[in-house]
Amino acid sequence: MSLLIQYTLIFASVLMLVALGGCFSEHSGVINLGLEGIMVMGALGGALAMNAMGSASAVVVIVGTIVVSALSGLVYSILLAVASINFSADQTLIGTAMNMLAAAAATVAVKSINIAENPDNVSSTVVYGAAKKSLIIKIGSFQLSWLTIVAVVLLIASYVILYKTRFGLRLMACGEHPQAADSVGINVAKMRWAGVLISGFLGGLGGITYITAGVSEWKFETGVAGFGFLALAVMIFGQWKPINIALAALLFGFFRALSNVYSGFDFLAALNIPGSIYNMMPYIISLLVLAFTSKNSRAPKAEGIPYDKSVR
Amino acid sequence: MKTEKKSFFSIPAVQTILASVLCIVVGLLVGYIVLLVINPKGATEAIVTLLKNYLIYPSTPAKMKYLGNTLVKTAPLLMCALSIQFCYKTGLFNIGAAGQYVAGAGACLFCALQLKLPWIVCLLAAAIAGALFGSIVGLLKAYANVNEVISGIMLNWIGLYIVNMLLSGVKETSSPYTVTLSSTNKAALLPTLGLEKMFSNNTYVTVAIPLSIIFAIVIWVILNKTVFGYELQATGFNKDAARYSGMKEKKNIILTLMIGGALAGIGAAFLYLTGYEQWSVTQTSVPGMGFNGIAATFLGGLHPIGTIFSSYFIQHITSGGAFLDKNVYPSQISDLISAVIIYLCGFVLFFKMFLNKRSNAKKGGTSK
Repeated sequence: MSLLIQYTLIFASVLMLVALGGCFSEHSGVINLGLEGIMVMGALGGALAMNAMGSASAVVVIVGTIVVSALSGLVYSILLAVASINFSADQTLIGTAMNMLAAAAATVAVKSINIAENPDNVSSTVVYGAAKKSLIIKIGSFQLSWLTIVAVVLLIASYVILYKTRFGLRLMACGEHPQAADSVGINVAKMRWAGVLISGFLGGLGGITYITAGVSEWKFETGVAGFGFLALAVMIFGQWKPINIALAALLFGFFRALSNVYSGFDFLAALNIPGSIYNMMPYIISLLVLAFTSKNSRAPKAEGIPYDKSVR
Repeated sequence: MKTEKKSFFSIPAVQTILASVLCIVVGLLVGYIVLLVINPKGATEAIVTLLKNYLIYPSTPAKMKYLGNTLVKTAPLLMCALSIQFCYKTGLFNIGAAGQYVAGAGACLFCALQLKLPWIVCLLAAAIAGALFGSIVGLLKAYANVNEVISGIMLNWIGLYIVNMLLSGVKETSSPYTVTLSSTNKAALLPTLGLEKMFSNNTYVTVAIPLSIIFAIVIWVILNKTVFGYELQATGFNKDAARYSGMKEKKNIILTLMIGGALAGIGAAFLYLTGYEQWSVTQTSVPGMGFNGIAATFLGGLHPIGTIFSSYFIQHITSGGAFLDKNVYPSQISDLISAVIIYLCGFVLFFKMFLNKRSNAKKGGTSK
């Protein structure tokens, strides 16, 4: 049971971080379908950093991992910002390209590093077991990740920033009615850049949280299994509001955790349901949830539409 | 009134081809730079190998044989690209093509290996399975306003796990791969119509290749020469205007995605019914064919005939990647180049605007 809670918390943290990222980007008016790729890049940066730091002191590992993975995500999100804000590109296309690019680039990068060390090692796996120990707080047999704590702090911060600061309210204005925002002197392009970069920051953190959930090495050929998109489903279910997103993330995290630990429950194991069914569960749930919540969605009105000053 | 001579660069077809060539050049350049970073010594040779693909073989029969292999994989890629393109014309981004492809693969292999049916039935089953997956996306989009990209991705994963379960009954006992068609049910292999003789007896070369080109032409005709195609494109341009003029936009969305799904499903049958590949029931990632289709469709300037060539190009460099010395360079460099090309395709609209602005400015200058 404690294992189920442990996994639920960690997967919920992943989904919450990434969904909050999507939330910032969409509130500013840019649809970020590249979150999956941003997660991969954050995971790559974090994994390599952890691999390099090995058994350095806990504080260094924690801070280092968080900073490197968040910055990797942030830097990667520049690709989306430039294309969609400065060149009015199709945001769906750019997001998709970013997902494919991240998967390919991460695989190429890790393989090249592995080959450089040993020409016969053509795997795309990064090992970071030693450093991972520093990320975990042990409470008896229960393991809590520092990244979960970071996620909760960032949840509160997101709520405060979006609703209680001038920056947040201006950001949301750019996603609702950029023309109106522009007319009162808000720089729409700048706000959208901020929104996308914040989503890159959070998405990168989500990536490292995902690959440190339970395992101590990661094969980058497999990417992050659609988690970036699950996070978008969480965001829609949470109606673009931080607190609701957190609750939605817990629900989705629970179903994802089930597929990791179902065999530990006698009554679930007795049902003899194939593992694939549990693996499918989060995706099926998200389809159902989307079917019931998308109709009356509170999506930012201007999301996905490049801002054109001349139509003001 | 004298007709003004149009600038060469303002002809839309010229712009489209120019944009695609530019995307390819920059994409390859990025790939080359990455190769240089990994290992500067062999980088030039590596990019040449990638571009040469089967041409690295000295003898003509070997060249033809491996050209055949590239074409075998071009056919499914073209079908996926057409699927995405058809939907994009209606304003729908069918990233679910990857899952529809998976559904098609599952259906045709199940019919071929478990039920021992002939190829034509397997092909139809693949089309129906793909259409079914597409219609789920369509229904959700039309009646529940679900973003087709997100539902498409969800179905990609659902499809993968369903197919893994479905085909685990027909896998080889000692490996995760499905049993071969040639050992289980020869009747399910696509007919070769003697085409294999042109490619040094490469029996994977089947009717799938000419059929996929015929499909491309049919799609072009449907989109440009029929009322149905006109309605779809009108819905893509302006959903509300289309509805106002009496088009059933909900029906069109569902129908489009069904057809798109069927195309992707047939694409899978075009690969798996040749016996070229077996399905691994333990695979944990969605096959890349559907995603590469996105590259092909945008590189082809969203035109069915252009897509024939771009599909070949994308497959050419993807197959070329396999010839790299894998102890120096990862073969995924090809995927990286494809991804860069898609990213650059996002800038095409801006590029065209730039060209038009420039040629307009020129015109203004000369008339003064």
